[in-house]
Amino acid sequence: MPEVLLSTENITKQYANHLALDAVSISVQEQRIFGLLGPNGAGKTSLIRIINQITAPDSGTILFEGKPLQPNNVEKIGYLPEERGLYKKMKVGEQSLYLAQLKGLSRPDALNRLKYWFEKFEIQSWWNKRVEELSKGMQQKIQFITTVLHEPKLLIFDEPFTGFDPINTELIKSEILELKEKGTTIIFSTHNMESVEELCDDIALINASKLILEGSMQDIKKSFRTNTYELTFKGSVDAFSRHLNGNELIDKVESNGSTRATVKLGGSDGSLNKLLEGLLPVVEIEACNEVIPQMREIFIRAVGGSSI
Amino acid sequence: MSILGPLLIAGLLLLVIWMGMAENQNQKLLVIDDLYPTFSDLQNKSTDLVQFDYQNISLDDAKKLLYNSDYTAILHIPSNITFGKTAQLFFDKQPSVVVHRIIETKIEGLLEGINLKQYNISREDFYNVKIDFQLHTIRYKKSGEEEEVNREAAYVGFAFGFFIYMFIFLYGVQVMRGVIEEKTSRIIEVIISSVKPFQLMMGKIVGVAMVGLTQFAIWTLLTVIIVGGAQSVLFDLNFDPSSLDNVQMTTEMMKELQTDKSFTTKDVIDPNNLIFRINWPLMLGMFVFYFLGGYLLYSAMFAAIGAAVDSETDTQQFMLPVSLPLILAYVMSVFIIQNPEGPAAFWFSIIPFTSPVVMMVRVAMGISFSDIWELLLSMSLLIATFVFMTWLAGKVYKTGILMYGKKASYREIWKWLFY
Repeated sequence: MPEVLLSTENITKQYANHLALDAVSISVQEQRIFGLLGPNGAGKTSLIRIINQITAPDSGTILFEGKPLQPNNVEKIGYLPEERGLYKKMKVGEQSLYLAQLKGLSRPDALNRLKYWFEKFEIQSWWNKRVEELSKGMQQKIQFITTVLHEPKLLIFDEPFTGFDPINTELIKSEILELKEKGTTIIFSTHNMESVEELCDDIALINASKLILEGSMQDIKKSFRTNTYELTFKGSVDAFSRHLNGNELIDKVESNGSTRATVKLGGSDGSLNKLLEGLLPVVEIEACNEVIPQMREIFIRAVGGSSI
Repeated sequence: MSILGPLLIAGLLLLVIWMGMAENQNQKLLVIDDLYPTFSDLQNKSTDLVQFDYQNISLDDAKKLLYNSDYTAILHIPSNITFGKTAQLFFDKQPSVVVHRIIETKIEGLLEGINLKQYNISREDFYNVKIDFQLHTIRYKKSGEEEEVNREAAYVGFAFGFFIYMFIFLYGVQVMRGVIEEKTSRIIEVIISSVKPFQLMMGKIVGVAMVGLTQFAIWTLLTVIIVGGAQSVLFDLNFDPSSLDNVQMTTEMMKELQTDKSFTTKDVIDPNNLIFRINWPLMLGMFVFYFLGGYLLYSAMFAAIGAAVDSETDTQQFMLPVSLPLILAYVMSVFIIQNPEGPAAFWFSIIPFTSPVVMMVRVAMGISFSDIWELLLSMSLLIATFVFMTWLAGKVYKTGILMYGKKASYREIWKWLFY
């Protein structure tokens, strides 16, 4: 059982006439990437701000490393907010040093680590430039560096890829995975389901202030299975249809003499074996695999289901 | 700006002085005396600025000369001068007030001489008889102590009050801009994930105060050095101090100084004298206190404004109510100079929103020991108010900095106070 680094218990936050979070409990395990998902205005940012101690919850507790969250824990947390920016008139190097020292790094330490990162990203020449001289993507890189520089145990990224081109997105993705390899725990909030698919180990889904789904990506995908299979075969589509054994044919696509059919099991004896038994004599099966639900689909189904 | 500021101020001062001097174009007067040669002594009374050329020609001839010679003006002394006590000055370009005063003083002296001779009075007797009356104002205290009161010191206090007024605005707005910058550049959320919003706000306020004090110290020092240096150079070059008086002092003061025969009492308004009468350690101490107190009070409000808006253009609706009391304090202190011990002076120097400016006038006037409670009350009220206001501003700030794209209304801000 992996260690839990951070957990929230029944976090509730009420704004003037709007309940932002309703008894939300999540637990983030060490050295895993935790995807915090949900539609706009669901309460993700509120939760992230509470974890960062920017705002306080009305009720509920947060445990960090097993103890209630302390003000000095900010040194162990790195946060890249969705609404982010830098002091435009300040020089890149100067500003990076300042932000690092705010997180408790000593000046020489900060200088050494900045040197490492600037070399890694090959951006040494930016050091004496003013932030406003850099492009948006360049500024995002600086922001990424200043977020991870103090080597926090917990990193929180809110939409980290906006403003990056595909090459830099890949660069940041690989950096995030590398950080995880080194032992960092990451909370990752995004609307980009492809990157969730690629990066996340665990996910939590918040909708309308409530937690509606939490668990490892594998388990969640399993629970959202619809018993649907994709079969590719050569032969008569007609014969195929007649031998479905009471299972439902959802879709079929023909290409290059083969047919790809999507079948939802659900007949009297709804097992895959029985289906194949009936089909094998009439058509030539080329491939068969289960249709695993995509995160996009899970998201839509979960949010849609909970709203009804 | 730290270095450029004093250079600009010193430059401005020197420009004013230089303009005052340049204005005093040397005058060559053609003096026509209907009582020739009664006023021939004028010939010997020429100064660097005004040269008298005493001629025995008719006024009509002289007028013809005005545009055909290097005379700048014609001084016509009429035959009835001893009764009428006026003379005429014809010119193309009007000479300065200083030139006027010089001509008037010189003729006045000669007229006095004529009168003295006529009435057979010696000049000595004349000075003995001549009265330069002044009212001494002395506060007589219950304890039997006496204390001289001088209204002029109030002007010094007013100047200090004005500086406080100016600096509160200057640095308060700087705090507001800083907050808006952090908000619009969206760095705010990064920073407050490291420090508490209240720490960030106080850090900004204290930081700007330090910048302010440092800048103020540099400015004062450099301005004194530059102006002092420049003045000594100017004085070395036979600089006529009367032209400096003209620009630096009120006309009343100048009159007093220029009738250089009346230093009969030591209570003549002499700036040097004035300087010694003010309790400077108290004055400077109070200046720093009220500057800091007033600044902390107002900059907390300015910081809250900055947090409540999205851009500087939106600040207008909040700026007015916040700066109104400060402007009121400045306007009131003008009136309070006239009556520094009236009820207005009392109340406005107690109310924390106006006391930083108004109290300066009262401190300069001198606060008697029995009234020291008023000063202490005003000071403690100011401290209490800025602590309370900072706490209040902190609440607005904390909520406001994370609100984007929402135009804050007073109702909205009121709600933030209770989050």
